[in-house]
Amino acid sequence: MQLTVGPIQGFWDAGLWSAFYERLAETPGISRVVLGELVCSKRLPFYQTRLPDAVAQLLAGGKDVALTSLALITPLKRERRMAAELAAMELEVEVNDLTMLAYLPEGARFSVGPLVNVYNEGTLAVLQRRGAVGVCLPPELSAASVQRICAATDMPVEVWGWGRLPLAISGRCYHARYHDRAKDQCQFVCAEDPDGLAVDTLDDQQFLAINGLQTLSGQCANMAHHLPSLRQAGVASLRLSPQTTGFFEVIDLFADLTSGRIDAEEFCAKALPHAPGGAFCDGFLDGPTGVAWSGARGEVRTQPAGTP
Amino acid sequence: MMELVCPAGTPASLRAAVDAGAHAIYCGFADDTNARNFPGLNFSRREMAEGIAYAHARGAKVLIAINTFPRAGEMELWHRAVSDAATLGADAAILADLGLIAHAAERHPSLRRHLSVQAAAANPDVINFYASAFDVKRVVLPRVLSVEEIATINRDIDVETEVFVFGGLCVMAEGRCSLSSYISGKSPNMNGVCSPASHVSYVEEGGDLAARLGGYTIHRTPAQAPAPYPTLCKGCFKVGARTGYVFEDPASLDASQLLPALSRAGVTALKIEGRQRSRAYVAQVVRNFRQAVEALAEGREVPVGALARLTEGQAATAGAYNKIWR
Repeated sequence: MQLTVGPIQGFWDAGLWSAFYERLAETPGISRVVLGELVCSKRLPFYQTRLPDAVAQLLAGGKDVALTSLALITPLKRERRMAAELAAMELEVEVNDLTMLAYLPEGARFSVGPLVNVYNEGTLAVLQRRGAVGVCLPPELSAASVQRICAATDMPVEVWGWGRLPLAISGRCYHARYHDRAKDQCQFVCAEDPDGLAVDTLDDQQFLAINGLQTLSGQCANMAHHLPSLRQAGVASLRLSPQTTGFFEVIDLFADLTSGRIDAEEFCAKALPHAPGGAFCDGFLDGPTGVAWSGARGEVRTQPAGTP
Repeated sequence: MMELVCPAGTPASLRAAVDAGAHAIYCGFADDTNARNFPGLNFSRREMAEGIAYAHARGAKVLIAINTFPRAGEMELWHRAVSDAATLGADAAILADLGLIAHAAERHPSLRRHLSVQAAAANPDVINFYASAFDVKRVVLPRVLSVEEIATINRDIDVETEVFVFGGLCVMAEGRCSLSSYISGKSPNMNGVCSPASHVSYVEEGGDLAARLGGYTIHRTPAQAPAPYPTLCKGCFKVGARTGYVFEDPASLDASQLLPALSRAGVTALKIEGRQRSRAYVAQVVRNFRQAVEALAEGREVPVGALARLTEGQAATAGAYNKIWR
């Protein structure tokens, strides 16, 4: 099982951003890195000039590298220009909005990101005919769907392994709304919460997290318990979603888990302190809900604090 | 005149909408293939055939929504829905899944294809892609766009656009949201339901009525006050020290005052949400909107506020259309 680091979902300080990729380039255990701006086109200018160096470092470190598209491309000129520029680069594009298919030259190789609705083998086959060479499946898929899609394709299939789940994307900015600002005058307030801003229910149940235009899960997805079944299904890699602290510890733990040096229980115990939101979920794979956590079932495993 | 596309969850609603002046009806089969897969709603094959005959006899069209995303390994159910839509003589199929659109274009080229709002096609480039690759004739635009953005899109595309003007309001890009399945296990994309009633509970606690979805508190209202349905993205939540409607107030969409602007923006068709609504509601909304589009076509003023009472005491908003989200 290989490990991929997905694009940073939050808005990080540019210095922290550069340091992160510099360190990632030298971190063993990671075979592939997808970077670039996924959520908000207004963020990109803050680190755009740093991208070439980060890409060069990652390539020199032996990683496969792809650049992500935005998750939602609107009619804004700057977003359509971003899409055109991305398609014109020499690097592999991870398509997270099908708009990229309009920009990628015929026959260009691309990968399909988790925010494209690949719910079945028919859709994946259409994408493959258009040049797709790999896919990270949407986190909402069940284990049965993952299995059936793996069985039907010769492309490498990736699933979400770790991190707050991307649950929704909007044209509206929830950080701006929370701070009583218009989206166009947001003053980049989402930078205050680079790992997401927690949204709890009125009964103090941990629930969601907002990240600008994006809504994330309050809990941290962790597919450790599903590793054997995902392997059996033929899943080629797990996607780890970056967070500002503890991420390199999480990478090491995943390397230990996938190589069999530790088991899932030890992994969960050691990884919990690094989980954004301080709680795990993995229920999209085998139900009954996305927020469900397999570790909360059975008598041996204990329920992590904060899990409802 | 802009085309009025009206919802029908039952054969009776279809007839009521046609009689009230709908130019087109959209409806779905009674299974997982449509995004309003509620108990007791939707059409058997026979009912669909009868509904199409009724509508066609009165000059109205029937568009069949097959707009969920087929489950892996079970695509046959969705393929059959498309094939039956073609056989039954539907005027179009409303589709969201890329694979299903490709299948329909290849196997049933004469069945007109509309791109569902669930495909969240939000810019001219992706719409042109669907048009050139799969000969899609119309796109239902997501509710995250402003009127100016809709005008921009229409300038750069050749296919028709359809926009929602009344009823439920999604604040997330449609088809790109798994909030509902995160806490209930059921989602619009996979099951055709959002914030499903089967997972709702109302509990009286200390003089309050707590409305919960999948055990998560979405609203708390004083016991005597009207309690809105706990639609997840219209809930009241805590962020830091503040409490409020983090995503959107419990409001429904009413863009009736924007009809002239939408017409100028080049919109072909206006869509009314609410296949789950009663026949009486559908008839009244359709009648009002038919008057409005006729007034507009004849250069008269659009009647103000005729629809206010139909929002059932809920606040109404023009959503993203009037740019307040910017």
